[in-house]
Amino acid sequence: MSAEADTAAHDEGPVTMLATPIRIDYEYTAGLAQSRYLKGIAEGRFLGQRCPTCGKVYVPPRGSCPTDGVPTTDEVVLGNRGIVTTYCVVNVPFQGQSIEIPYICAQILLDGANIAFMGLIQEIPTDEIRMGMRVEAVWVDEKDLGPTMESVKYFRPSGEPDAAYETFSEYL
Amino acid sequence: MAESEVLRAPHVIEYTYTRSTGPVIGAFLTGLRDGRILGATTPSGQVVVPPTEYDPITSEEVGDLVEVGQSGVVTTWSWAATPLKDQPLERPFAWALVRLDGADTAMLHVVDAGGPDAMETGMRVTARWRPRAERVGHMRDIECFVAEGTP
Repeated sequence: MSAEADTAAHDEGPVTMLATPIRIDYEYTAGLAQSRYLKGIAEGRFLGQRCPTCGKVYVPPRGSCPTDGVPTTDEVVLGNRGIVTTYCVVNVPFQGQSIEIPYICAQILLDGANIAFMGLIQEIPTDEIRMGMRVEAVWVDEKDLGPTMESVKYFRPSGEPDAAYETFSEYL
Repeated sequence: MAESEVLRAPHVIEYTYTRSTGPVIGAFLTGLRDGRILGATTPSGQVVVPPTEYDPITSEEVGDLVEVGQSGVVTTWSWAATPLKDQPLERPFAWALVRLDGADTAMLHVVDAGGPDAMETGMRVTARWRPRAERVGHMRDIECFVAEGTP
């Protein structure tokens, strides 16, 4: 907008609206456990941590077991595949949306993990997604891998038979 | 893993709110765009600047808006030695409450004083406006206050 047009716009009438942007600049520190996880991501693999007391494997690891309150020092390399435990088809546009709607946001239980995490599902019509579907991670090209979740492009059906409900029901 | 191996990254949270002003603040902002500072007359007989929609003492609706002076008195202040991003001035300045001539309340703004030694409670200051073409109907249409008599 030119200065002249801008000035003209100001003269249109009384002020009725006010822009009040809020911006907070943080420096995020990932912490020890999540830093390990992100470095694993940069190598194209999912790293979890096992609780020495209950044996559960957490991914992404937070460095301690929320149940037993002990450090999870034992690192576990998890598989590239897992189960869709539950999902949501997103049909609603919102500001800042980076994925074309409709898309599927799913809770994915990686093989070897005892907690599901959130992932994007692609390469399947949204009406074909289902609980128990087997999926696999699709990574960016090796040269583009980095310590960021953007290294995982999405998950897609692996083609394996669906997992039985009993195998993941405790993770819902 | 050593402490130095912990990853760090910028993390920005930003909301681009736009809010409606309502009739009283809207008129105040329109006044700023025109280079005038307006206050609200209240049933309890005060002039409130910036104007509120209701009398801060009795909660009754305010009356007419009136123009107040562009100079006034610093009632209290605090020196900002290291201004943050997006604050009104990039150089050190004073946050100050300024009671304008004809007003009964003080308005928060900034004083471009050069240094804290030049600030004093009770000092007289006057508004320095942005050029007309840059004014949009916003508190920052007043760029800052300066000591009265400053060229």
